Amino acid sequence: MFASITPSRLKPTRTHGIFAGFAPEDGAETRAVAADLPAIMRWSGVLSSLTSEELRGLFRFLVLSRGLEERLEHLLKQGQVVGDLYDGRGQEATVVGSAFALEEGDWLAPSLREMGALLTRGLDPRMLLLQYLARDGSPSAGRDKAHHLTIPHLGLLGPIGPLGAHLCVLNGVALAFRMRGERRICLTYLGDGASRTGAAHEGLNLAAVQRLPLVVILIHNRWAFATRSDQQAAVADWIDVAAAYGVPAASVDGNDVLHVYDETRRAVDRARRGEGVTLIVAETYRMHGHAQHDAQEYVPEQELQEWRARDPIDLFERYLIDSGFESRPSLAVVKEAVRRELAAAVEEALSAPMPKPEGARFGTVEGEHIPFPWTRREAVYEDVGQPTMRP
Amino acid sequence: MNDSKSESVAQNRPPEDQEAERGTKETTYLEAIREAMWEEMTTDPAVFLLGEDVGTYGGAFKITEGFLDEFGPERIIDTPISEAAIVGAAIGAAHMGFKPIAEMQFIDFIAPAFDMIVNFAAKVRYRTGVGAPLVIRGPCGGGAHAGPFHSQNVESYFANVAGLKMVAPATARDAKGLLRAAIRDPDPVLYFEHKYLYRRIKEELPIDEEIIVPLGAARTHRPGSDLTIVTYGAMIYKAEEAASRISEEDGAELEVLDLRTLRPLDTSTIVESVKRTGRVLIVHEAPRFGGFAGEIASQICEEAFEWLDAPIRRVTALDTPVPFSPPLEEYYLPQTADIVDAARWMLAY
Repeated sequence: MFASITPSRLKPTRTHGIFAGFAPEDGAETRAVAADLPAIMRWSGVLSSLTSEELRGLFRFLVLSRGLEERLEHLLKQGQVVGDLYDGRGQEATVVGSAFALEEGDWLAPSLREMGALLTRGLDPRMLLLQYLARDGSPSAGRDKAHHLTIPHLGLLGPIGPLGAHLCVLNGVALAFRMRGERRICLTYLGDGASRTGAAHEGLNLAAVQRLPLVVILIHNRWAFATRSDQQAAVADWIDVAAAYGVPAASVDGNDVLHVYDETRRAVDRARRGEGVTLIVAETYRMHGHAQHDAQEYVPEQELQEWRARDPIDLFERYLIDSGFESRPSLAVVKEAVRRELAAAVEEALSAPMPKPEGARFGTVEGEHIPFPWTRREAVYEDVGQPTMRP
Repeated sequence: MNDSKSESVAQNRPPEDQEAERGTKETTYLEAIREAMWEEMTTDPAVFLLGEDVGTYGGAFKITEGFLDEFGPERIIDTPISEAAIVGAAIGAAHMGFKPIAEMQFIDFIAPAFDMIVNFAAKVRYRTGVGAPLVIRGPCGGGAHAGPFHSQNVESYFANVAGLKMVAPATARDAKGLLRAAIRDPDPVLYFEHKYLYRRIKEELPIDEEIIVPLGAARTHRPGSDLTIVTYGAMIYKAEEAASRISEEDGAELEVLDLRTLRPLDTSTIVESVKRTGRVLIVHEAPRFGGFAGEIASQICEEAFEWLDAPIRRVTALDTPVPFSPPLEEYYLPQTADIVDAARWMLAY
């Protein structure tokens, strides 16, 4: 019925806009030619540009992200997670690799499946656990869920339910950087579905005409809830959407953390030089349903199998071992440390209290209570049911 | 003879000299808005303006004429026709410590930014603890024969959204003072400026006084003892006309309250007035169903039911879109005669 989209049909790196004319030393042409070479050879340059701490860090965030989501799945089944879990299984390389290209002071806005990006930017897994468990002491004090958190000192801007809107708001952060003459940049994510909203279009267009310091990662994960990406846009290749905005674009193998990191780094540098917006299309796959309630029966099993064979964590583990940067035992040590960290974090989160009901009335910022400022006449509402009597 | 001669000499002097002598300056409602932004932008580098045609053209109503030359394209930003992107960028910049003013060319065009206002700006402080001190302003209201999409009063669309403040000035003084207060406010403020009043309202405003009108405080426009008219925006002037007519023809004194701020609503001033007069008529230019009058009437019932000597009544626009042709629009909008009729019925109750 539908043409099966499999990794084997993925094109090698394709670029247009300013990247199209890149000289070979910039790597673009070299990579295109080298697409069929073993990944370890294609990425040897990137591998050696990172320190061993950085490589291990990348691996740790991939494992941490998946581990935390697995813990949350378990907690959901136990009835501890309030609501549902919209996980990013299979997309970890896209979000960790891109967030890893940012520097201190930069801002990032997740969409709904970018757990790994939040962790990579320094968010404590315990904070995310508290958010999902709707506990007091969570960054939103129980007022909001999941990735909906804004933490200025980490440069994190929370999205809202209607996706795409966060791009418009992140534009304002980028505008502020530019007005202050700061060389900080912003990065955000849109799924193939979210990228079709009016807000995403308006936001990308404004960013383009204003040449804001922004990188947009369009995660082509094939599914928006239960709707295929070919029902979202009539483009043959998602990189084509960039042309309408006049922004340069690149597509990357979203399951290859080094490819994502390398291309994002380029876009980040470009934004930091004041050269404006870059769109990066990450070709990847949503391995789970829309949320845990969704058994994704509409997804062809063969497609899942093919993408499962290219699991982003397995892929990177293989690079590291084959290239000799890491050994299997040393990576096992990283995994075990993450496992223990998460076990302790879960235990701690489960012992955190639920918020007090009257907390619904006040805003909490890092322990400070701020009266909900617009209900100046709170007493009026408290007295409902007992009308004032004439003396 | 001498008197009239000296008067004509005075009239020939440059207006600035005359103003300096009086200590006041004749200011239209539109100039008041312009001055509020100009002064805030001059004193606070965090204030900037973005919107459609606000720079090169100086705004559809010429409110920001000259701003681009004075403040430059970094602070006076001509945007694409993208209300969601305009408000979104204002929210983000506000998170970073800026105080953006987002202009809607007509307040009707706020509809494409609805999600950004009700789901992002209004909720963000509550959800995350990080506020969004921005102002969204634009021309509202009918009487200009501008049809269904350039005449609306949109306050009720936002009335049920916690987290927003809303102001609707009627006088030049309030237009200036409320806008300055709105720009300085730590939360999102929707500022509804009535286009019918732009050039029709002229007031002598003091030159040296810094005019700031705090949000959340109503104003007694005309004191009275027999009936309270609660209203705001351009309807103030029709209520005033009705009160004068009833005073002359019936000898009854109507109090006219100008709400100025719609959220937070100054319930205590309304209740205090109603307890004195025993009758309350609520007038607004927006349609009736789900309008502000309903909320105000409920609050009066909760706070002052036993003081009422007559049923609460409402005079509002029809529950239709704003029609275009002048006779239709006049029929649609609340008129002085409607207010007089309702007030007389209540006084006779």
